[in-house]
Amino acid sequence: MTRYTVSLTLVLVVLWLLLSGMWTHPILLPLGAASVVLTVWLSHRLGIVDRESDPVHLVLPSIKYWPWLMGQILRANVQVAARILSNPRDLTPRLARVRSTQQSDLGRSIFANSITLTPGTVTIRVSAGEIFYYAMSDDLVADLDAGEMDRRVTRLEKEL
Amino acid sequence: MALAIEISSWVLLMAGSALLIIGGIGLIRFPDFYSRVQAAGLTDTLCSIFILTGLMLQADSVPLAAKILFTLLFLLFTGPTASHALAKTAHNDGLRPWKRDDGGAPSNQ
Repeated sequence: MTRYTVSLTLVLVVLWLLLSGMWTHPILLPLGAASVVLTVWLSHRLGIVDRESDPVHLVLPSIKYWPWLMGQILRANVQVAARILSNPRDLTPRLARVRSTQQSDLGRSIFANSITLTPGTVTIRVSAGEIFYYAMSDDLVADLDAGEMDRRVTRLEKEL
Repeated sequence: MALAIEISSWVLLMAGSALLIIGGIGLIRFPDFYSRVQAAGLTDTLCSIFILTGLMLQADSVPLAAKILFTLLFLLFTGPTASHALAKTAHNDGLRPWKRDDGGAPSNQ
C-alpha cells in the first residue's frame, strides 16, 4: 500500500508540474502541492490506491515492447499506403482467428490492441485463448499466424 | 543543432501530412467498410505519431512538449478502441467483408 501511495504521489507531482509549467510560482505551487495531497488522501479513503489503479510496474516492460510495436506499425502503414496508391481493390479481405497464449485480461487487451494498432488488421472479438479479427489481405493473416506478436506480448505479460 | 532539429521536425511534419492525404484517398477508394477503417487507421497511428513528434520538436518548453506527448499517448490508446468498436458493431450487425467477385460494384455500406 505504501509503495503505491508513494508512486501515486510522484506521478501526480510530475503530472501537475508538466501540465501547469509553474515551477516557481509562489502561490500556485503550494496550491498544486495541496491538491496532490488532497487527491492522494481521497484515493486512500476510497481504497483505490492499488496495483491496478497505479500501474507503474507496466512502465519498464512496456519500454521494451513499444519499439518493436512501433516498427510493426511503421511497416504496416507503408504497406497499406502502398496499397492505396497502387490498387485499392487488390484486396483479399477475410475474417480470421489467431491463438492467444496470454493468461490475463491485461495481456489479452495488449495483444488485441496491438492487432488493431497495426493498420490492415482490426480486432473484432476477444475470448480466452483466441482473437477474432479482420485482415485486409492473406499475408497479414500469415504474419499473425506466425505468432511473433503473440509471443512478445506473452513475454511482456510474464514480466508484469 | 537547431538546424538539425528544424529539419527533422519538418521532415516529420511533411511525412505525416502525406500520410494524412493518403489515408483520406484510401477512405474514398477502398471498396468496403472494413477496409476503410484500415485507411482511417493510417491517420490514427503513424500520421499522428509523425505530426505530433514534429510538433514536439517545435515546442520551446518542456511542459509544452509534455502536453503534446500526452496527446499522442491518449490518441494511441483511444484510436484502436474506436476502430475496434466500429468493426465489432459492423460485424455484429451482419456486415461481411467485401469480396472481389461480388460483381465488381463497390458496396455502399
